[in-house]
Formats: sequence, structure tokens, C-alpha cells
Amino acid sequence: MANMAVDICGVSFKNPIITASGTYGFGREFNEFFPLERLGGIACKAVTPEEKLGNPPPRVAETPSGMLNAVGLQNPGVNRFIREALPWLKKQNTVIIANVAGSSLEDYCQVATALEDTDVDFLELNISCPNVKEGGMQFGTSYEGVEAVTRAVRSHTTKPLMVKLSPNVTDIVDIAKAAESAGADCLSLINTLLGMRIDVRTRRPILHNNVGGLSGPAVFPVALRMVWQVASHVDLPIIGIGGVAKWQDAVEMMLAGATAVQIGTANFTHPDTPLKVLAGMEEYLESQNVDDVNDIIGTVKPW
Amino acid sequence: MKYLEEQCPILSKKEIAPGIYDVTLQAPQIASLASSGQFVNVLCEKFTLRRPISICGFDKEAGTLRLVFEVRGEGTKWMSQSAEGESFSVVGPLGRGFDVKDPTQKAVFVGGGIGVPPLLEAAKPYGENATVIVGFRTASASILLSDFEKNGNHVQLATDDGSAGHHGFVTQLLQKHLDENSCDVIYACGPTPMLKAVADEAEKRGIFCKVSMEQRMACGVGACMVCVCKTLTPRGDDRYAQVCKNGPVFNAKEVVWNG
Repeated sequence: MANMAVDICGVSFKNPIITASGTYGFGREFNEFFPLERLGGIACKAVTPEEKLGNPPPRVAETPSGMLNAVGLQNPGVNRFIREALPWLKKQNTVIIANVAGSSLEDYCQVATALEDTDVDFLELNISCPNVKEGGMQFGTSYEGVEAVTRAVRSHTTKPLMVKLSPNVTDIVDIAKAAESAGADCLSLINTLLGMRIDVRTRRPILHNNVGGLSGPAVFPVALRMVWQVASHVDLPIIGIGGVAKWQDAVEMMLAGATAVQIGTANFTHPDTPLKVLAGMEEYLESQNVDDVNDIIGTVKPW
Repeated sequence: MKYLEEQCPILSKKEIAPGIYDVTLQAPQIASLASSGQFVNVLCEKFTLRRPISICGFDKEAGTLRLVFEVRGEGTKWMSQSAEGESFSVVGPLGRGFDVKDPTQKAVFVGGGIGVPPLLEAAKPYGENATVIVGFRTASASILLSDFEKNGNHVQLATDDGSAGHHGFVTQLLQKHLDENSCDVIYACGPTPMLKAVADEAEKRGIFCKVSMEQRMACGVGACMVCVCKTLTPRGDDRYAQVCKNGPVFNAKEVVWNG
């Protein structure tokens, strides 16, 4: 069988399948379906310096081939994450990616500092959440914002730093270069696309936040395009996110230049999606006579 | 807690009121773990999100699960059009149910519309210790009355249009019942205004009350944080609890009704 292990910034993932932040909590719930150790890694739900209540419900709306969410970063705060979630996660034998969020530069730095001496393997900088009034996407949608927050966090952590990019920008390559220039080790993309639904009967938006982040199979082609564009212009390793629901999607992401993929919304449709994607990739590699998954990264042959 | 994804053949399906379907599934693993007030997440073809459907009944020996659901949109419409012999992908059993402790107590079950089905299994152990007060829009929309009677429960019916039973709200029947009878515990499921009225009545009389809440869901297991309802922590602080994991059944005192 082909080698499925990938190395990203010196961290070894047993396979390139990671579950995406915000869809998988801190892992405990989905561990009731299959052991987390089958995963290459888990990107945890975002944490902020203090507990956050999040937005009023409804926080979710279904859309064609996808969904909108507007959770608003509800989380127990970084200290409870470290105290209550991390010790258990550490025992699950998978790479732990902590997702770092905040509403100011100081917030981001505070979370990174708190995580410095913990068992977290990787930081993922969340500068692309569309569902909070301050912070989140406001940092992620300008070259200056991305550079400033990445540089600030870089100076507060020695852990590998992944920056998660927002697709709600004019030029994703420009944004990726900002993260690269400010010291990011790795990029993950894309976060959700800003969207909306309205209940025609009540004339109210379905989401209490009015707008929210679109995810699911509907966004896959957009995500793939952005991964390919960024991979073509930036030297950092990339983790592809956005609508991955089947093994073909994961292979496409890697052909476009991703070293690994994250699976999010598809976990809601089928909780065993990560295992099915992994099994499908293994069969694909065998059918292609490829003995190392690393050999397909970035091998798309553009016209 | 153990969650399962099971492929469940449809053993029977019938429309028991306009737009309301009663489906029995072969679901031995989920049925073996199920308790009253829990729910399952049913995959609907071509949809990203599963549909949360309350468990109306289960037979652990026969390995069957009974779901009674209303066609609300395209997903439940697809479910209603599935035929016997076809199957549903079902994730469950999910959530915290009614957790019936002592069925020798006097209990009142209050249900409104499609909130009635999850009460059936919880009322079963109470037999004639349970009074079941259910309300529907109209006589033809009423469901499960004879099922509660088979439990040995005392059934009272209200309809909005007076076409059967009491003309008016279930809460009026509840007040009258509580004025004349002793009651140790109230269980309720239905529209939020009804739940609030029932919770207020229970609070006023000092009766322990559990309510089953509803919210738009995604993961169904407590990971994604979308299906929240505002509740009070033991210290009295507001928090958004997860309906799918901390609920759907909550102690009525915990719920912040204007949240």
C-alpha cells in the first residue's frame, strides 16, 4: 500500500486527512463514531482569550449542496481548552491543530502565548471568520491586516504557524503573499464564503446574524481554484479546505498543490467521510501505481 | 455515549394525518441504545444536512424504531415519498431524553402538534399515572391518541378550531387538571410559546418540569454549535446550550425563554 504520511513544517501526519475547525468541536463527539487516531490530524474549534457566547440562533441554514453558519466563535476560552480538552486530545494519537481567534491583535497574541507550552502541535490562525463583528475576517481581507496579525502572532509562538485564509477577497494570491512575508509556515484555505438566505414568508433572513459562512460541496470548485492559484505563486505548504466530501475531491486538492486536506461540512452528512476519503485515495494511488501520496502533490497538468 | 450510523430498511409507512407520516424502521443497533425523548438524524437524498426527527417509539427486542414526522420541506418530503423496502441512513440515538426516573409518580404530559410523538414512549411506563394533554390545529390533524390510550394514559384533547375535544389551548386544560389533581412532574414538547406557558404554570405551582426544545441543527452530536438555546448555568449566568447534546430535553427552569 502507498505511503500516506505527509510532513508539514516538520510535523508528521500519518495521512493527509484532517478534520476542519468549527465542524468537529474538540474531537470528543465524533470519537464516538470512530477513533480519532485514524485521522491525520484534527483542527480544533477556534478559541479566544475568554469564553465567547456566540450569536443568537438560528445559526444555520441549508443551501443547495451546502449550508450557511453563523455561530460567532462560541467557545470556552483558551484556558479551559487547555485544561479540559487538550489532555484528552493528547491521548488520541493524532496531530492537534489549535485554531486561534480574537477580536484584536492582543487577543490573537494572548491565545498564542497561552498555547506555547502545551501539547498543541500546530497553530492555525483564524483571520477569516465571517460571523463576528470585530476581528476575524476584518484582519483577513486586506494585505496589511493579514501581515500585521501574522507578524504579531509569529513573535509570540515557536510552534508551526498556519494561516487560514478568507475567500472573501479580490486577490487570494496577494493575501497569501502577505501571510508568507509575515512569517507564516503554512497556509490553509479556504474559510467559508459569505452568504445569505431569506425566509420568503416572514421576510426575515434565516440566520439571526442575517449573513453567514457558506460551506459544503457547493464551495469546492472555488476552494480548489484558490488552492491552485496560491500553490502556483507561494512556496509555503498548503492545506486545502472547502467542500471536500469524497476521495476525488481530496485528490483534486492535492493535484492542485495541497499537501493535505481538511474535511468539514461533509462530516455532518456522513460522519465516516474522513475514513471513506482516505480509503478511496489509497485505492486511487494503487490504481495509478503511485507508492507515495506526496508524489501527486501539485502534479496537475494545466492547459 | 455511543453514536451509530445505521442503514435502516423501512418496514412500514403510513400517512396518519394530512402531511404526517408514521414510519417503522429496522434499526436494531440504534433501537438497542435508544431512550425516550432522544432523536435521530436522517439523511435525505441530495441534501447536505440530515433531518433531526424525534423518536416516537422503539422495540428493543424486535430491533425497530418508530418515527412520526411532518412534511415541512424538501427533505421530509423526500422521506415521505420513500417506500417500504427502501432504507434510510440514520445516525443516532442522539441527545439527552426525558430520563424518566419514577413512573409511580403522577405525571402530566403536554404536547402540541408534531411535538406530541416524542412523548409517547416516555408516557408508556407511567400507565394510568400519566395524564396526556395534547393539542392540534383541528380534529383531522390529531395523532397518536389511541397509542397513548394503549399505554393506559388518560388522554385529554384540545383543538384550535374546536372540531374535537376542548376548543382552545392545552394550557387551559393543564390549569384545570392541576387545580383538581396532584402532579409530581410535567413533560412537554411542542411550539415554544406553548412550552413557555407550560413552564410558567409549573414554576407557579412548584412542579418539576422538563421541556423538549427544537432548533435548526447540523452535526446533531454537539460538535458544531449551531443548534443552541439560551439557558442558565448553575451560577445563574447565560450560556448557549446545545439542543442536540445538552438537550433536546431540558429542565424548564434552566431555559431562558426570551433568549
